[in-house]
Amino acid sequence: MAKYLLLKHYRGAPAAVNDVPMDQWTPEEVSAHVKYMRDFADRLQESGEFVDSQALSAEGTFVRSDGEGRPPVTDGPFAETKDVIAGWMVIDTDTYERALELAGELSAAPGAGGRPIHEWLELRPFMGASHTITE
Amino acid sequence: MRYVSTVNPKPVRAKVWTTPSSSTSCARTRRWTPASAVALILRAVGGLTTRQIAAAYLVPEATMAQRISRAKRTVSGVRFNQVGDLGTVLRVLYLVFNEGYSGDVDLAAEAIRLTRQLVGKTRDEEAAGLLALMLLHHARRPARTAPDGSLVPLADQDRGRWNTHLIVEGVDVLQSALARDRLGEYQAQAAIAALHADARTAEETDWVQIVEWYDEVVRLTDSPVARLNRAVAVGEADGPRAGLAALDGLDRTLPRHTAVLAYLHERDGDPVTAARLYAEAAPLASSLPERDHLTRQAARLNAQLRGRG
Repeated sequence: MAKYLLLKHYRGAPAAVNDVPMDQWTPEEVSAHVKYMRDFADRLQESGEFVDSQALSAEGTFVRSDGEGRPPVTDGPFAETKDVIAGWMVIDTDTYERALELAGELSAAPGAGGRPIHEWLELRPFMGASHTITE
Repeated sequence: MRYVSTVNPKPVRAKVWTTPSSSTSCARTRRWTPASAVALILRAVGGLTTRQIAAAYLVPEATMAQRISRAKRTVSGVRFNQVGDLGTVLRVLYLVFNEGYSGDVDLAAEAIRLTRQLVGKTRDEEAAGLLALMLLHHARRPARTAPDGSLVPLADQDRGRWNTHLIVEGVDVLQSALARDRLGEYQAQAAIAALHADARTAEETDWVQIVEWYDEVVRLTDSPVARLNRAVAVGEADGPRAGLAALDGLDRTLPRHTAVLAYLHERDGDPVTAARLYAEAAPLASSLPERDHLTRQAARLNAQLRGRG
């Protein structure tokens, strides 16, 4: 098994096929989307491939040390920041192909007009522990 | 949207309640955090296992074990024989109740159980006020979420699903506390919850009296969150313009500020501004159900506007 991070972006990913902002959908379309996401996570829990799923607030601040004895420096939030992560799902699958398949399924969540969004999700493999036996 | 005031969690200072027996023995120690106070109380007083507490707060068991043992070290060597700061105890129980609204371990029920014990031991008006507040909110829990997990705002809740036993008990506890004439923030908040519980329909809500109680909460706590909630009540009592005026001068980065602004603009007959503000508020929400709720509000208004145009 290998773990993968599925990243969903508020902004910064290439445009989805069905690219309509969520507040322009009908309330029923919003509900259908929410249900799809929940059912998807439930199914992965049953198949033993679900690890974690979290949503992030759009607010964010950059922070860095300013040296010993000084408070950290902050910057932002940046209204124009290109890349804003909306949330993630961590899955644990047998193969890379299975991870791709699941990412595709998640990307096809229904959007405006009840049609699949076909949004771009970022798939990132976790670095695992080094194997005891390498050959 | 929840209209009832939630007070910002603040670091709990220096005094710890250890056991509900005796009269709240407390400890004077260095500063510690609400998270560790909550964890230690649930473990030592509530009798929950570390695994249960970890699950309730969605952290690994090892993390929660560390949090609890740090909290124990913080209070070790302190003599637990002086009567302590009951306010700190109430604050911790309030945190447990507030965070325990969802999850596998029913922390809300646990907080009620502990507060009930405390009321039995102390006869303190604010402890009774907190118990009443918890009971009145707990009574509404079955109606707060739809079967699909979405939030149901107070005005749209099926009041037939409110637990009338809990409401009767909560009102009873509150009335005997108020009769002793030592008002505090929990009694005032419970009074607001009682006024909501008292209305058979949302339209029958006595908003004028609710505003008066929010005035008390603001006077007692000086909390910006209380002012924000008060603005919603003013909007219902005296109209949305008055509500918007009551928002004046409040920090716009307060949680739910944008959502309240959207709501008041909708009530004021400005769906265009309201839709924009709901959409703005959604990604700032502190929970997924709340985010989805606000997105749905924006979607609802935009759909209406398209239908009109």
